[in-house]
Amino acid sequence: MADPRTRTRMADPRTRTRPRTRTRVSAAVTAAVVLAVLVVPFAVPLDEQAVDLAAKLRPPSWDHPFGTDEVGRDLLPRSVYGLRVSLFVGVAAALAATVIGTAVGAVAGALGGWADRVLMRLVDLFSSVPHLLLGIFVVTMFRPGVWPVVASVVVTHWLSTARIVRAEVLSLRSRPYIDAAVSGGASRWRVTVRHLLPAVLPQAGLAAVLMIPHAIWHESALSFLGLGLPTHQASLGNMVQSARGSLLAGDWWPTLFPGLFIIVPTLAVAGLAGAWRERLNPRRRSELSL
Amino acid sequence: MIRAAAGLPWGPMARMAGRRLLAAVPVLAAVTFGVFAVAAASPFDPARAYAGSAGLGARQDVLDQLRDNLGADRPFTARWWDWLTSALTGDLGTSAALRQPVAQVIGERIGWSVLLCGIAFALAVTAGTVLGVLAARRRGGLFDRAVTSLAYALEAAPPFWLGLLAIWLFSLKLGALPAGGLTDTGSDVATPGQVASHVVLPAAVLAVSQLPWFVLYVRQGVGDALEEDPVRGARARGLRERTVLLGHALRSGLLPVLTLIGSRVPELITGALLVETVFSWPGIASATVEAATKVDFPLLAALTVLATAAVLVGNLLSDLLYGLADPRVGFDG
Repeated sequence: MADPRTRTRMADPRTRTRPRTRTRVSAAVTAAVVLAVLVVPFAVPLDEQAVDLAAKLRPPSWDHPFGTDEVGRDLLPRSVYGLRVSLFVGVAAALAATVIGTAVGAVAGALGGWADRVLMRLVDLFSSVPHLLLGIFVVTMFRPGVWPVVASVVVTHWLSTARIVRAEVLSLRSRPYIDAAVSGGASRWRVTVRHLLPAVLPQAGLAAVLMIPHAIWHESALSFLGLGLPTHQASLGNMVQSARGSLLAGDWWPTLFPGLFIIVPTLAVAGLAGAWRERLNPRRRSELSL
Repeated sequence: MIRAAAGLPWGPMARMAGRRLLAAVPVLAAVTFGVFAVAAASPFDPARAYAGSAGLGARQDVLDQLRDNLGADRPFTARWWDWLTSALTGDLGTSAALRQPVAQVIGERIGWSVLLCGIAFALAVTAGTVLGVLAARRRGGLFDRAVTSLAYALEAAPPFWLGLLAIWLFSLKLGALPAGGLTDTGSDVATPGQVASHVVLPAAVLAVSQLPWFVLYVRQGVGDALEEDPVRGARARGLRERTVLLGHALRSGLLPVLTLIGSRVPELITGALLVETVFSWPGIASATVEAATKVDFPLLAALTVLATAAVLVGNLLSDLLYGLADPRVGFDG
């Protein structure tokens, strides 16, 4: 949907800084999240499990910027660790879903014919069950543990990648360089692996990055419902779930901060992905893409 | 109104609905088959699930007897076929968690879910249209940026988290609305007044969780329509801005959105699963979560199939509306 107004605004010196600012802020937040998740647990000797019953349910203060929970655990390190757990599930699920989705989409697009029809009917079949419900079903049957949760996210998230990759392969198949490869005697396998897949990877990669926040959302919903990760693994959803009691007693901070830890990285990743997409294809609008 | 209804292409629409109904049969059959296949592949044990906590200390021969009675040792294809044939006669099995026939659970609860989702959906469509039009009026303006940012933030926010914060603010701090359930504590009968006050908060949270999508799409549709020739023509004729916005841009910009409403059913179900649980709403979605936490296979299987049927109906509705809104598309799909 090309919008002439947006393009002229991009050239307008008054507003040109806006997308850049957003990209910079998104990049800074993403970097901070990655740093907090990868470095802090090793660099800072904080114990997120440290219980201090004398200091339970303290509101946010300088000592405890996020406050403490119902057994006196500091919520700031707990949220960072929770994000770490959630991010692990998100990245693992996004990787697996992208591999499956790319394989299915590439096979469907490259082979065409009945293979394409069967695979796409399969995709339709999977998408006719509401995602969270399908996830709930898988987790219920295989729980408890981390891998059932990852599997339940994978089962529901490979569909969009498969559709994107198939569409991309179909549009690439009619390009001259594919014709050249085919008339040069390349086998179907070689055309797919050497010519089609590399061209599809940027799109699949973008879909994978956007999938991570989605997967975190999915995981925290399952954990909140008591169907996700085991409670000793403090993911963000588990934290909101265990904060329910204190919330009903009037203490808002154990609920608020883990939720913010889901929202802020999601927005940052969406902002970065938008910038990336504009780079890949400046004519396509980056809105409506969360 | 009657003339408008008579002018609709009822024949093609009915044929499309019939075709879709036929196409839905294999989809639903495949979903039920998949449900049984996954259950068979999992460590899930129907006998232990049926026995519940009593099964924990039960002797092995008792469990084997139970397994035999339940037919749990037969191949899952046979159990699937039995389930399917008895489901067609209206017998969906018995829910172990709620100690009720599954069909009765659905019958008692589905009305409350439809009420909640209907109110939430109407709220989301109305508020989304108003906000989207106001934002599209000056794209890039302050209001537009505020609404768009808020929409993205709400899209990223988990509905259960929004629900809990809403309970904190409106029930605990302001004391304005009840925190959950269908009736006040101590009262068994659901009077319309009590239901009305209890539905406000969950419906509002569910609406807010659906809102971002509507706002962004209406903004996009109306904003694009404002760039098109009919609007330019209307402006050139000197029509008031209000007429241009509501009479021309909104009408053409809203059509694509209205036709997509049916495809929002999966997201609505996802939101209902979380919101009904947070607010202890006695609907079908909270029963699904309860069935899952108690590993109640008959209930969970039936509700999964029911949700799939709802999604298919939503898709059909969406395509029917699309064909009506844009006659070039027709009813061939």
